[in-house]
Amino acid sequence: MRVLGIETSCDETGIAIYDTEQGLLSHALYSQVKLHADYGGVVPELASRDHVRKTLPLIRKALADANLTAEDIDGVAYTAGPGLIGALLVGATIGRSLAFGWNVPAVGVHHMEGHLLAPMLEDNKPEFPFIALLVSGGHTQLVQVDGIGEYSLLGESVDDAAGEAFDKTAKLLGLDYPGGPRLAAMADSGVADRFLFPRPMTDKPGLNFSFSGLKTAAAQAIAKNGKDAQTQADIARAFQDAVVDTLIIKCQRALQQTGLNRLVVAGGVSANVRLRAMLEETMKKRGGEVFYPRSEFCTDNGAMIAFAGAQRLAAKQTAELSVKVRPRWPLTELAPL
Amino acid sequence: MNSSRLLAIDSATEYCSVAYTDGQQLITRGQEAPRKHADLILPYVQDVLAEAKITLADLDAIVVGRGPGSFTGVRIAAGIAQGLAFSQDIPLIGVSSLEAMAQQALRLHGAKAVVAAIDARMGEVYFGTCLAEHGLMVMQGKEIVCAPDTVKALAAEYEWFTVGTGFVTYPEVLAARFGTEARVTPTDIRFPHAEDMLPIATQRLINGKAVAAEDFDVHYVRNEVTWQKLPGRS
Repeated sequence: MRVLGIETSCDETGIAIYDTEQGLLSHALYSQVKLHADYGGVVPELASRDHVRKTLPLIRKALADANLTAEDIDGVAYTAGPGLIGALLVGATIGRSLAFGWNVPAVGVHHMEGHLLAPMLEDNKPEFPFIALLVSGGHTQLVQVDGIGEYSLLGESVDDAAGEAFDKTAKLLGLDYPGGPRLAAMADSGVADRFLFPRPMTDKPGLNFSFSGLKTAAAQAIAKNGKDAQTQADIARAFQDAVVDTLIIKCQRALQQTGLNRLVVAGGVSANVRLRAMLEETMKKRGGEVFYPRSEFCTDNGAMIAFAGAQRLAAKQTAELSVKVRPRWPLTELAPL
Repeated sequence: MNSSRLLAIDSATEYCSVAYTDGQQLITRGQEAPRKHADLILPYVQDVLAEAKITLADLDAIVVGRGPGSFTGVRIAAGIAQGLAFSQDIPLIGVSSLEAMAQQALRLHGAKAVVAAIDARMGEVYFGTCLAEHGLMVMQGKEIVCAPDTVKALAAEYEWFTVGTGFVTYPEVLAARFGTEARVTPTDIRFPHAEDMLPIATQRLINGKAVAAEDFDVHYVRNEVTWQKLPGRS
């Protein structure tokens, strides 16, 4: 079965075609990062307007790149939530009506399920069950995954998501939106342990996170220590180390608690090099294994939606003709396959 | 020459509608249903096609309300119209919400001149005037978004029919601007209907004004909204 995947939940238009026999056939992405940089964050209305302009041209490109025509597509998957309602509606209306016009089934995909299953697009796929750490600008969640659609939420952030904390702290350091990756680059030249930030919520039991206090710690360090390049890099380093340490402590706890030894890490922050290195080391020590998507599929993309949608469509889970999106949609409400 | 087979979709305002014509029969669906447009349109389309005993493959083009109106509403119709048109490799024809309401005034009241205003929130209206030419309403100049107390006086030579929610929200303010010489006849028309986009679109198709699905542009009209750039960015 060949499935066209459409992702428009935030500021990336992602289109891909996945074949359940042959794997990923093509993928195309347009990032609106430059459009939103001048505003210091994603402007929902501008994001929606841009998705309208980009979705069909990218679908045409994905079909051409895969050497396919419309007749070759057996189903359409689109992100139905969570995300920005206006942005979601663009991909959902186009995707649902395309499927209707092509006379093939459609399915609305949960964006975080897409992220969570993204490592299955790689050669080294995790087997169920596993623990998933979902870390992005919108989410920080630890999930026990027993199968597709069988998710138990073990813990999540009570305030800022990890990626959000990265972007906000980057802003304090004078970096352009989205500053998370730039902060990480800056941290490379930082001296470890010149500043020591807290590892929030690690001193008591539980798997929840809190990252808003780290931003405050960084703001105080910036205010007290001036703004020379080395100090800024040292603060970036201290911040990144605190986030990475905290994530690792909680991942270990989740593995301990569930007795599992496979860890999947997905979402934009999973592209962070320091986090990957530390996770590799940790899992090696435990005799377990860590899985991630390739870097380009850590951030939002159409491939993960095409993949997750293909699993749902193969199980005959299809969308009705009404176009439904859910800006808020708990992962745990999903049906098993 | 056989007439074109057109399917029109509009959800730019609180009303959402679908209409089909082949030059002979006219089949329509619609209702005032704010926030339900995404639920309703495709089932309406399916219904209308079934009643007409045709499939999408029989259509010559898709017609869509291009705005102005609710940003999200316009995009729902646009997204569905784009998907349908792309799936059949047929073109799209956009029709203004204001023109469609004017055409409705012509259909229901025989109006020759129409002044259209949609409540655009934020103390403004989407505004335009239309005159009938050979049975079709034609926008005079550009459609604009402006404060209701800044619209121009109406030419005294026509009887102007009023349409749109702008006249529900700002009846006195607008009337005062039209001038004492203006002859103004109110109507009950508040929303556009896809049905009235069909005659306008039929002519546009003949005139070569249809576009490829991916080249279709939404006419938001309001392009400066409440978002602000960071200091120093232009």
